Amino acid sequence: MNAWIEKQRHLIDFTLASLARRRTKNLGLLLVYALLVFVLASVALYTHALRQEAARVLERSPEVILQRMVAGRHDLIPPGYLERIGRIRGVQQIEGRLWGYYYDPVVKANYTFMAPAAEQVKAGTLVVGPAVARSRGLAPGNTISFRAYSGKLFAFTVAGVLPHASELVSADLVLMSEADFRAFFEYPAGHHTDIALSVANPLEVRTVAAKLAAALPDSRPILREEVLRTYASIFDWREGLMLALLSAAIFAFAILAWEKASGLSAEEKREIGILKAIGWETGDVIKMKLWEGGLISLTAFLLGFVAAYVQVFRFGAPLFEPVLKGWAVLYPRFELVPAIDGLQVATLFFFTVFPYMAAVLVPIWRAAITDPDSAMRS
Amino acid sequence: MKLRPSSLAFVALGLAVAGFAATFVDAALLRERNAPQLAARGALAARLGLTDLALFTEARYTRHPSQADLHSAFQDHPAALEHFPTGSLLPPPAALIAHHERLDREATSPD
Amino acid sequence: MIELKSIRKAFNQGRPNEFWALNGIDLTIEAKKVTAFRGPSGSGKTTLLTIVGCLARPTSGRVRLAEDDISGLPERFLTDIRRSTFGFVFQQFNLIKGLSALDNVMLPAFPTGRPHRELRERSESLLDRLKLAHRREARVEWLSGGEQQRVAIARALVNDPKVLIADEPTANLDTALSREFMGILENLNAEGRTVILTSHDPLVVESAAVHRVVSMRDGRLTED
Ligand SMILES: Nc1ncnc2c1ncn2[C@@H]1O[C@H](COP(=O)(O)OP(=O)(O)OP(=O)(O)O)[C@@H](O)[C@H]1O
Ligand SMILES: [Mg+2]
Repeated sequence: MNAWIEKQRHLIDFTLASLARRRTKNLGLLLVYALLVFVLASVALYTHALRQEAARVLERSPEVILQRMVAGRHDLIPPGYLERIGRIRGVQQIEGRLWGYYYDPVVKANYTFMAPAAEQVKAGTLVVGPAVARSRGLAPGNTISFRAYSGKLFAFTVAGVLPHASELVSADLVLMSEADFRAFFEYPAGHHTDIALSVANPLEVRTVAAKLAAALPDSRPILREEVLRTYASIFDWREGLMLALLSAAIFAFAILAWEKASGLSAEEKREIGILKAIGWETGDVIKMKLWEGGLISLTAFLLGFVAAYVQVFRFGAPLFEPVLKGWAVLYPRFELVPAIDGLQVATLFFFTVFPYMAAVLVPIWRAAITDPDSAMRS
Repeated sequence: MKLRPSSLAFVALGLAVAGFAATFVDAALLRERNAPQLAARGALAARLGLTDLALFTEARYTRHPSQADLHSAFQDHPAALEHFPTGSLLPPPAALIAHHERLDREATSPD
Repeated sequence: MIELKSIRKAFNQGRPNEFWALNGIDLTIEAKKVTAFRGPSGSGKTTLLTIVGCLARPTSGRVRLAEDDISGLPERFLTDIRRSTFGFVFQQFNLIKGLSALDNVMLPAFPTGRPHRELRERSESLLDRLKLAHRREARVEWLSGGEQQRVAIARALVNDPKVLIADEPTANLDTALSREFMGILENLNAEGRTVILTSHDPLVVESAAVHRVVSMRDGRLTED
């Protein structure tokens, strides 16, 4: 056992001494390799954390949202719909919601205006999201006026700012009372934007949705599970897009690594002949090369991953934020809660470490089975 | 006596592995520290009935992708070119299409 | 004692450029003696050394090493025998460039898993004995020809082999260095090592250190 360990250490000593001969070149390779892992790991960690975040936050959004469609467009829910839904079995709670968009020409950003039923906002006051407060420099007690689409000017007092902790879902929210909302948008009385339903038995959600679609043929029920899947696919898609953009770089590195690892120089071939002549077995040569490939790729993987983690979760992912998060005037500021997917890490490990080891091994195999007597003739 | 290269390698590799392990520990600690904020986000979403992340605020179908009209990324025509960068990064969610195919057909080609 | 029986060696057998480098060699090489092969270029001296040293297998014929027939052994065993029984000094020295003299000396012992400290001490004492202690951390390509050869000799001795094989050891050396080399050979032989070498060099072949000279021509032995 000790002899085995000592032998492996000797092989490592030799392979490192060989690598040290072209120090800058090999360090450069290690660095580029680590950089590639860093980029891939950053994308994977960032999108996975966002996906997790979306799943956990939206897991408590309404079970079913019912929209009305007119000519393929989202339209207002007219009076009477709430009552008709009330008669469908399995529906526990119905709530007509009021919300809409407002474009603020001052900062050239869109806000989401909302008159929540649960949150009583006093008439004439607003509760604003953190990004709105930031972009307009608002604090509780300030006054702000918005020009409505009708042309009239409305002034409000800021009653509060939503907590920073909820910014990921509330950055652009402007909460107001129902009366203010209807007045501001000249929303017809009795109409709603859409309807939020809760269903008593989660297993019945799909049945209820089918019943809704049958009872109100012009309606479109949106299930919570669809919302969650939408978010999963958005980040899958963004991740894929990012990887597509990166694929050129990935291929470039693959070629570089393959070239470096698989292109055995005449010098190296000669050295393998010498090693075999002085008593190394074919297996020893292969083990030595495996150590080389393993050490380089493992080091690159670990360095790249740790750097990616620090970048994404400690420094807020400055490098990939724009592509992964999207483009917007109002950016929510949020600390991403770290979520590391073991399978994802294992996949990354597999696809970065093993191809390199294979690239190292394939040519060595051919060279290592050459006859040792070649050393006598050089 | 000079340090053996393999000793150096083991030290370096040991440090890297420790760093790797530390990321998992750090992640767990950060998760724990952020648990109240996460709960607060969830609670707000539940209270206000929020359905979307406020990541892309530039257009209504990107602000609320799950609530948008079908194919709203291509509002006027399935092949319409997109002006907003996010729109071009955002396909209509596949999960919704099958489910609402009936409505979609009726809505876009009334007979 | 090494015994060769009707050794024949073909290169590119079965192809149009088939070439028989050895054509029936019968020879007994005595243990603890210095044996030299001499002959014109292309006569098969190097080829014979590769067969004696287990670097290559004969196409036909038998090689016996201390009563054991080793011509039919698989590569693994041949490598073991090569490592423990033979030490090689090649014509071009064949040191690994970029590594220090000491690293080069230690190389043949790496697969044995010998403890590092012990191996290092052995290598240092060998270099010391060959008057190279002061150059042990130098890269081998910075060494002079004579120094390189002494590194190669130290490397050949690190596994403490019974037999030392040297192919044209003095071809790259001047007269003084060649004499020095023969002195080293004599000492090694005095320790009880068998030495087998090839040479064109009269200084080697006619040296008092050489006990037996074997002449070759066209892959055959000629009269001594
Ligand atoms: N791998 C090979 N393939 C084909 N022919 C070979 C090979 N190796 C050696 N030969 C041929 O075998 C013959 C004997 O070669 P060998 O190297 O044994 O000669 P030598 O006596 O050592 O000559 P020198 O004194 O020039 O070193 C030569 O004619 C050589 O061309
Ligand atoms: Mg020769």
